[in-house]
Amino acid sequence: MIVLWTDALIYFLVLAAAGLAVYMSRQAQMRRPLRKITSNPVAMASLAMLLCFALIGLADSVHFKDGDSRGNEVISLLDVACTTMRKHGEKTYSAPFAVYGYAKETLTLGDGSTGWDYPRLQYGGAHLTDPETEWAGDVFDKTFGGFSRGAGLMLMVLVLAWGDQHERRRALWRSTSSKAVWATLFLVVSGCYTLFSLSAYYHVLGTDKVGEDVFYQTLKSIRTGLVIGSLTTLVMLPLAIVFGIMAGYFKGWVDDVIQFIYTTLNSIPSVLLIAASILMVQVYMANHPENFNNLLVRADMRLLFLCLILGVTSWTGLCRLLRAETLKLREMEYVLAAQALGVKPAMILFRHILPNVMHIVLISVVLDFSSLVLAEAVLSYINIGVDPTTHSWGNMINSARLEMAREPIVWWSLAAAFVFMFALVLAANLFADSVRDAFDPRRTQ
Amino acid sequence: MMSYIIRRFLYALPLLMAVNVLTFVLFFVVNSPDDMARMQLGQKHVTEQAIQNWKHQHGYDLPLLWNSGQAGGKCLSDTIFYQKSVNLFLFDFGISDSGRNIGTDIRQRMWPSLALALPSLAVGLLVNITLALLMVLFRNTYVELGSSVLCVMLMSVSSLFYIIGGQFVIGKLLKLVPISGYDSGLAAIKFLILPVMISVVAGIGSGARWYRTLFLEEVEKDYVRTARAKGLTETQVLFKHVLKNAMIPILTGVVVVLPLLFMGSLIMESFFSIPGLGSYTIDAINRQDFAIVRSMVFLGSVLYVAGLLLTDISYTLVDPRVRLS
Repeated sequence: MIVLWTDALIYFLVLAAAGLAVYMSRQAQMRRPLRKITSNPVAMASLAMLLCFALIGLADSVHFKDGDSRGNEVISLLDVACTTMRKHGEKTYSAPFAVYGYAKETLTLGDGSTGWDYPRLQYGGAHLTDPETEWAGDVFDKTFGGFSRGAGLMLMVLVLAWGDQHERRRALWRSTSSKAVWATLFLVVSGCYTLFSLSAYYHVLGTDKVGEDVFYQTLKSIRTGLVIGSLTTLVMLPLAIVFGIMAGYFKGWVDDVIQFIYTTLNSIPSVLLIAASILMVQVYMANHPENFNNLLVRADMRLLFLCLILGVTSWTGLCRLLRAETLKLREMEYVLAAQALGVKPAMILFRHILPNVMHIVLISVVLDFSSLVLAEAVLSYINIGVDPTTHSWGNMINSARLEMAREPIVWWSLAAAFVFMFALVLAANLFADSVRDAFDPRRTQ
Repeated sequence: MMSYIIRRFLYALPLLMAVNVLTFVLFFVVNSPDDMARMQLGQKHVTEQAIQNWKHQHGYDLPLLWNSGQAGGKCLSDTIFYQKSVNLFLFDFGISDSGRNIGTDIRQRMWPSLALALPSLAVGLLVNITLALLMVLFRNTYVELGSSVLCVMLMSVSSLFYIIGGQFVIGKLLKLVPISGYDSGLAAIKFLILPVMISVVAGIGSGARWYRTLFLEEVEKDYVRTARAKGLTETQVLFKHVLKNAMIPILTGVVVVLPLLFMGSLIMESFFSIPGLGSYTIDAINRQDFAIVRSMVFLGSVLYVAGLLLTDISYTLVDPRVRLS
């Protein structure tokens, strides 16, 4: 097993998130907002959606050396699951569910003569002998079969869950939010099952310029989006929390220095700061090729750097919020009491201030996630995002821009990136809204 | 008031100095001028002489921060840092790595940027505020629920899709306006309609939601209840009382971005090939022209500081309770 830098950080993040969830569910003051979130069907459905994405991302974060390839190619669990899609590469573009190629070429016909026509695809619909008559029926059969099998699987799980005789858990199943979660899971699992089983016979979302399956690309892009959205917060949080509550609590010169730092960082246009840093990283990598000999390591380092830089540019907003809140909290009676009892400042910050600003941290982390996923696409478009070899929605959109001008239009890359990105960002936005409503003390009824 | 402004200017100086040092560290310490020369001249097969020539031509053949070979004040002034940074304070941006005068370029490209950014801001503001007011007017009905859901969905679409979709449908399929390009004078209008429209549509989701929360905060206040108690209709309350008072945060929010409009929009300009400062910056990034990127960073931070100052001043103008000290 090979652990890339981002992989290690993702594992750490998952552990930290699990720890935080356990810790929060034990705190008495957190129960009310948590219950508010769990009773909101939209929030729970979008959380289920997000977890599905996270699962795919995690499967893509377990890397190991491919056993049966001659080279030392590094693949992930997701690659193993998508082996057919990965191996079924065509020559160039092909439309979703296509049987024939995108461009005409010279073909040798059965009788030895040559003609100018659309070639059959190497893998897409290769099992059909007479595509004209069989195609529609076959696609319908395979879709229906895949869907019914996926749905059957989910129905079995549902029946098992329904058969649970435990009274408290039965009450839980009856709530609207659990129904919403089951509905979401049902759709996602059976949809995925359908697409996966279809992709053995067809290119469900077509192929791109070099003939790579677009469905595979979008699946791989999920990890990039999630990494950018989550690892950036890992960089940003320590900076924002430490600086924010220190500035608010100590005031005086500490406050002045910290304010100066974040005003300086804020005043540089963030896109330019990111561009400058990425340029530097590029030059550094070009000059030190010995450290980045592996393509995967190189792309991974660039992704990590991007998260780092995004984190550095985005901590200032949260820092300012935390500073303002701490300024308010430090005048509270319990903090004054702790000071009077001689508790050390570090202890006061950790025991009394930090737990009371956690809701702000939580809200801003969830709110930032979706904007970071969107930012990745824009940055990749300006060529200062992830490495061009990394699968990402930004890179897909970037290449699709030129494909729109082709005749006939190559729309499937763009559509695939759009649908997946929209699903992730919409789920994140809906979840963020409900988290904000639940944790913001001003919004409680 | 005057003394406050002067004090803010003095406060801005160390800030800009810090920005300068930061960009200097990013650009020169991480990568030596040798690396930059190699980057510009091509990665391989570059003779030492060519590198030296390039460095001399662009003034990079000096020590970074401290010139021990010179005497007195020249110790500091005969360095790359001094030569490249101090002139920025006088808005003398120097020559780009490809040999063009950056100052002239900026003055020329400022206008197309403004021609795109100003209408986008104005129309966007108008549309967003109108929609937000309507949402508040129909609050607690299905209209509001539906429009909130629509706003979240609009927010969840990347701005790139709006641009590509808009260009495709309006430019390519319907052929109403040219897909991209620019012209001087009034002829530019037909090139600007589509980008302005797209940037307005792309901003509706987050904009309308944001203004809605502002209005909702005002609606809860006592003076609104008084106005209703007087027997005013809901529309009168909204337009005469709520809108007026909500204008304070809206105005100050707009003022802070006003100076930054000069910088243009990176993506819009490069998609629609409008020769503004945004596309200038993108080209510089793609060509790895550090001199331009550095100047734009400096310009951006100056404008940001100016925006902060304008916000403070506008606060006192629209809200007499605020006193600057």
